[in-house]
Amino acid sequence: MEVTITVNGAAQTVDVEPRELLVHVIREELGLTGTHIGCDTTSCGACTVLLDGTPVKSCTVFGVQADGRSITTVEGLGAGGLSPMQEAFKQEHGLQCGFCTPGMMLVGTALLEQNPDPTDDEVRWAISGNICRCTGYINIVAAIRAAAAAQSQPPAAASA
Amino acid sequence: MLPSAFEYHRPSTLEEALALLAEHGEDAKVLAGGQSLIPLMKLRFAAPEHLVDVNRIEGLDGIEERDGSLRIGALVRHNHLAASDVIAKYPTIAAAAPQIADPIVRNLGTIGGSLSHADPAGDLGSVMLALGASVILRKAGGEREVPIGEFLLDTFQTSIQPDEMLTEIRVPTPSAGSGGTYLKMERKVGDFATVGAAIFVQMANGTIGSAGIGLTSVGLKNLKATTAEAALAGATPGDDAFAEAGRLAAEAAEPVTDVRGSEAYKRHVVDVYVRRGLARAVEMARG
Amino acid sequence: MATQEQEIRGIGHSVRRKEDDRFIRGQGNYIDDIVLPRMLHMAILRSPYAHAKINSVDTSRAAAVPGVIAVVTGDLMAQHNLAWMPTLSGDTQAVLATDKVRFQGQEVAAVVAEDAYTAVDALELIDVDYDPLPPVVTPQQALESGAPVIRDEKEGQTDNHIYHWENGDKDATDKAFAEADRVVSLDTHYPRSHPSPLETCGCVADVNMGTGQVTIYMTSQAPHAIRTVFALVTGLPEENIRIFSPDIGGGFGNKVPVYPGYVVATAASLLLGRPVKWIEDRTENLISTGFARDFHMHGEMALKDDGTMLGLRVSLLADEGAFHADAQPSKFKVGLFHIVTGSYDFPAAHVSADGAYTNKAPGGVAYRCSFRVTEASYMIERLVQNAAYELGMDPSDLRLKNFIEKDQFPYTSASGFVYDSGDYQGAMNLALEKIGYADLRKEQEAARAEGKLYGIGLASFTEVVGAGPHKDYDILGLKMNDGAELRIHPTGKAILKISSQTQGQGHETTFAQIVASELGIQPEDVKVQHGDTDNTPYGLGTYASRSTPTVGAATAMVCRRIREKATKLAAHLLEVSEDDVEFSAPNFTVKGAPDKAVTIGDVAFAAYTNFPDGMEPGLEGSYYYDPPNLTFPFGTYAVSVEVDADTGEWKVRRMVAVDDCGVRINPMIVAGQIQGGLTEGFGTAAMEQITFDEVGNCIGSNFVDYLLPTAWETPKFELFETVTPSPHHPIGAKGVGESATVGSPAAFVNAVIDALWPLGVRNIDMPLTSAKVWEAIQAARAAG
Repeated sequence: MEVTITVNGAAQTVDVEPRELLVHVIREELGLTGTHIGCDTTSCGACTVLLDGTPVKSCTVFGVQADGRSITTVEGLGAGGLSPMQEAFKQEHGLQCGFCTPGMMLVGTALLEQNPDPTDDEVRWAISGNICRCTGYINIVAAIRAAAAAQSQPPAAASA
Repeated sequence: MLPSAFEYHRPSTLEEALALLAEHGEDAKVLAGGQSLIPLMKLRFAAPEHLVDVNRIEGLDGIEERDGSLRIGALVRHNHLAASDVIAKYPTIAAAAPQIADPIVRNLGTIGGSLSHADPAGDLGSVMLALGASVILRKAGGEREVPIGEFLLDTFQTSIQPDEMLTEIRVPTPSAGSGGTYLKMERKVGDFATVGAAIFVQMANGTIGSAGIGLTSVGLKNLKATTAEAALAGATPGDDAFAEAGRLAAEAAEPVTDVRGSEAYKRHVVDVYVRRGLARAVEMARG
Repeated sequence: MATQEQEIRGIGHSVRRKEDDRFIRGQGNYIDDIVLPRMLHMAILRSPYAHAKINSVDTSRAAAVPGVIAVVTGDLMAQHNLAWMPTLSGDTQAVLATDKVRFQGQEVAAVVAEDAYTAVDALELIDVDYDPLPPVVTPQQALESGAPVIRDEKEGQTDNHIYHWENGDKDATDKAFAEADRVVSLDTHYPRSHPSPLETCGCVADVNMGTGQVTIYMTSQAPHAIRTVFALVTGLPEENIRIFSPDIGGGFGNKVPVYPGYVVATAASLLLGRPVKWIEDRTENLISTGFARDFHMHGEMALKDDGTMLGLRVSLLADEGAFHADAQPSKFKVGLFHIVTGSYDFPAAHVSADGAYTNKAPGGVAYRCSFRVTEASYMIERLVQNAAYELGMDPSDLRLKNFIEKDQFPYTSASGFVYDSGDYQGAMNLALEKIGYADLRKEQEAARAEGKLYGIGLASFTEVVGAGPHKDYDILGLKMNDGAELRIHPTGKAILKISSQTQGQGHETTFAQIVASELGIQPEDVKVQHGDTDNTPYGLGTYASRSTPTVGAATAMVCRRIREKATKLAAHLLEVSEDDVEFSAPNFTVKGAPDKAVTIGDVAFAAYTNFPDGMEPGLEGSYYYDPPNLTFPFGTYAVSVEVDADTGEWKVRRMVAVDDCGVRINPMIVAGQIQGGLTEGFGTAAMEQITFDEVGNCIGSNFVDYLLPTAWETPKFELFETVTPSPHHPIGAKGVGESATVGSPAAFVNAVIDALWPLGVRNIDMPLTSAKVWEAIQAARAAG
């Protein structure tokens, strides 16, 4: 079945089997391997992408369901450079093995759209559908809050 | 874990969807949020030949109060429900919605899908039992309203017919002086409940007019603690009444021993949660 | 030429990680990201039974599925002498079952197909005829007389007993117990858990028939050792085998062993002449790859009434599963468990261990742990607390009374370890101060008066890492030494090739920082290469917190080796004698004339452009490090909890962690390691567990049942440090990756038991689910 998905801003048409999971469409048909697979039971969130701006676990969505809709993957964060979220994950040591990181950054990005200045607990709640085995979450929370702080600065101050 | 092949249908109207269900009968499954169905298909516990994706059908995601009831469209996502202003008057729902699964799953999971899945560990079944809700089942050329207690039949079994689709949930609008909550014991975010207790009370002249109690994960389906509810009707709210209700609810529960805890433990938690839930609900009802 | 004044961001600097740039862009290169031309996909059929005889395997229906290229069975593997393989403990393990299956999830057959979906479809069409056999699901059951013999294929194996191992002085220990005023004992089961890195295991095997080259991309924590094992198992020439570990999505011990899937995929590629990819799903990972722990332990401590510790006796029974596959130094049957005397000055100690086969998955891997030190640390720290209460002492006082004193180091323990350095009092006092111990005890008293259950738990762990000296440490004969190779290019930039493999620890940054400190080349100018056996020096890999103790040392030593030559070159450039040159990164300076200097960059350029007659050109070297001793990180963790007596739910109020891992190369990364380790320790204490039902079905076969803590449950840890350098390590570092997982479970459990002690609760086995806590309270109340 032919589907057209707007992927990180660009429309892409791919031929997929209905049973093909969105994560496989993204990784194998579209070649965007930044989206990972960590479990099969919609438990870990490593495969999280934004579907029309909302975080979903792409191992629990069929690719055909994304037809006509838009998805954002980690490759779509940051136009050319790094987004504040990506930069903050590096600065705050919010990643170790890097496997959960794309999902965490996308959830963080969506959170800040809704809540530009979340508390520690609000961040912890928001990322509680995503598992990290390396960091103990402290620095992930710090990174998302640092990104919030960076985004809330006026552009002039941010670049200064 | 990869699903078996199936034929995919994406109707854009309810009529189209109902026609597909009528045509394919038991070979078809409705795909709503997919958060329970797709994992089951990946495990190959489910292998429907036809999947009817209802996500593009308009008009199934409304939340509104009308004619004495709250009407929740079957496609309302858990997070949408949790964020809705309308449910402030329905604190049992307000308490439960943010505790379902995890935040990302709640972005896709739907209320209609959750109830149709009829998992005894599902939270919403208990909530709807406590609130005396009903579901609207549509088929080509007709619809029927079924009380939730008659809808949830057994583990993963409802009274829905293969050609029917759940389109709406109706919850009676409570009068002033009501309260409720949902207490859920889970080992971590995203875990199914070890025990859940949905509580609703409607006060009447300082006494409890009526009460609704639904229990999660302590039976082959969500249970309505009817003896406890009956004991509360007309009772003076207080520790004695709550303790008696807790005792009766625990007695009505049918838990089994598993990794989450022993039968005795779960029964005990039902007791504790019903007592605690009632105290909170009554406090809320008194404003 | 004058001295360059620039800060070298070497040891002690929280340099941001060099590896992050690719990960935050989604440009990591994990195993499943590798796609080769003409690549096939493999899926494995696994046993539904814990124990069953295989009568037949009929693959005809599966082979007929369009897109299926081959179906591999045990019989086919047997024709190539590959139906069995050696384990890291010198046992054998079935690659694909031929005679019978011995655990639920065991590999029975494999389908190789054009795509993964087709391969999984075809699995359902393989018909296996089983005769179920009685399963053995506990080690106690396994050792009963008349128990079904699981390993009946092994010559001479007539029961399920695998080994008996002892350590320490039994007579001296018996004497200590005979003289004791008091003996305190504890029986506990350290439950079976699983490292569960977020990325599962997998490989892409690519056998080139034309060149004979065998390239295996593999999620391996130990690529060099794996290459040697593959050469031995398959008979392929080792120089033609290239193991390539790409980016690894976490390991925690799970990715040390060789798994059947690797062998089958390689055999399939060899037979078919096409690359074969095999990626586990999560259930396969949980039910078949290396589990951890699963020790049934009995500990006894002999004490004087004044609290003086006289002796320690521990016996344990290990549930090893169907194949004895522990990844550990070959000399030791239960790893380094004999570190069980911990931080205390025991005059005598004795450990006795037995292992048994059961119908469960093999493994015994060290889940973020240095070879069973986690189980040991748990036993001693739980026992110390119970001993304190039995004596009527505060647990902190009993610890302080018996700690090995600062001036006793190097300290030879009753079990034979030589502890390198330590300041246990210092770490404990800091932890007590930071958590406000005295005030907490008062608060606890007040809370108790109100019927509330507050608890405070301590754990003062001593770890043992960095295996190890060649005399005692080898795996299947391979000495546990590691190498580093450093090449400095003419422009003064460098490439460091190391034998260990990062799985998130930040090697690409920290090892570059060691070079920075030793030679003055900034970390961003040192590219660290690892994971590719063709392009890195030999070594045994990353696990057991050994990379910094071994490879970190090798890195420092190769720098020093190169510095000797660099000094000669500097002397040549500065036109002075070598003895007149001194080095302070990045400058080589003439003694007494600080304005006369050249930098490492100048020297590097000269090594290729302007070297003295008779000197070999170039500036590079290699070093293999054989550690003179192990290193012994330590610390004290303090936890306060509140327990809901009505439901058994417990919540961490505060968690203070004081770690001493010697010199910290990158403090930011060290803190990250500790935070992660504490979380895995918390997970172990609170929720992680793989259980089996009475017929051997694995409960815990996916993340719905095998629970990992999310950000919501995970406590907010407070980290502090003391620094006691290792005297024998070139830069004084001890290793830190696992301390927190080793030390913290006992602290959480001690806190909960502390809350419940007045009720009569003496022990609860992990994980401390609310149900178990409540049952323990009920049982204690019933006992009165």
